Amino acid sequence: MSNENTPSVHIMRSQLGRARGLGAAKLGLHHWWTQRVTAVALLPLSLYFVLSVLMLAGADRAQVAAYIGEPWNTVLFLCLVAALFSHLSLGLQVVIEDYVRSDAKRMLTLLVAKGGVFILALACAVSVLKLAF
Amino acid sequence: MAEFTLPANSKVGTGKTYKAPAGAKRVKEFKIYRWNPDDGKNPVTDTFEIDLDACGPMVLDAIIKIKNEVDASLTFRRSCREGICGSCAMNIDGTNTLACLKPIDEVKGAVAINPLPHMPVVKDLVPDLSLAYAQYRSVEPWLQADSPPPPDGERRQSKEERAEIDGLWECILCFCCSTSCPSYWWNGDRYLGPAVLMAAYRWIADSRDEHTGQRLDALEDPFKLYRCHTIMNCTQTCPKGLNPAKAIGKVKQLMLERQG
Repeated sequence: MSNENTPSVHIMRSQLGRARGLGAAKLGLHHWWTQRVTAVALLPLSLYFVLSVLMLAGADRAQVAAYIGEPWNTVLFLCLVAALFSHLSLGLQVVIEDYVRSDAKRMLTLLVAKGGVFILALACAVSVLKLAF
Repeated sequence: MAEFTLPANSKVGTGKTYKAPAGAKRVKEFKIYRWNPDDGKNPVTDTFEIDLDACGPMVLDAIIKIKNEVDASLTFRRSCREGICGSCAMNIDGTNTLACLKPIDEVKGAVAINPLPHMPVVKDLVPDLSLAYAQYRSVEPWLQADSPPPPDGERRQSKEERAEIDGLWECILCFCCSTSCPSYWWNGDRYLGPAVLMAAYRWIADSRDEHTGQRLDALEDPFKLYRCHTIMNCTQTCPKGLNPAKAIGKVKQLMLERQG
């Protein structure tokens, strides 16, 4: 009796061997903690960003450049970009690790996602600096 | 990608209906998952009508009655019938729980009974828990100390130290929590799951254990520990009222503490 519904054994490795797997990577704390720290940092920074946008409603390019060019505003905008995109990058990584199964596909998706986020982050930072200086 | 639908040979069809005996007044429907590895067919849901006036109060009473009086081939695990052995863990009315602790009258309408989610099924309501047991074994759930025990043979704890493991040692390893956890569904081969992580913390929190550092080392891994996203299904479903999510949070807190 052999049809596709017949259960068959593909893994004969011991269950304990499977459970131990490749051992602990001694990683994960930094990722987890950075995600939480950036989340908390984003609370005031997002509020600041929304208030800035509301204040600048209807302003022309020169006025926006003058606002972002204030040293404290430049610093806060760069902080926002750093916190936002590192949080995004870490969050995407978790989603990909959760849902993408094969190692090769997982690695490829991670590299594309993280590379994309990095480019976006640089683009935002350069935009802030170009407006400011 | 993660599998969001059942593979073709796991799609659940409609099975037989067993009518209640004539004259039954309080009839309750039980819709039970059936799968037999030997007949090569897809799983089905059988409907059993039970006269509650001739049945004990718990869901386990009903399925034992079905096995004794209606269909002897219905397969499930049970032992103590008082919520301490953890054998009759199953998904009842959409929630993982122990059949022996679940009163029938808590369920509105038909009682849907399925095996614990996302585990390989051995037959009917019996899931294959061998990997979960091996994961439990992998966290070395026994006391490890290098100091010899005192001459009178007893390693002692203060009342405060003993209180640290309350809410942890009561776990009966029914795996209701692990099999309710989406992270465990998607990555159960690498993520240890809430039951095993709480067992690990039970020994980390034990004042008599001297291998705390090694235990933390063995957990520090993006998959073994950090697949926990604090979804909290574990705590919500635990039939013993324990809080595995809090135990996992404590482990993460200790990881942070030893770095700073």
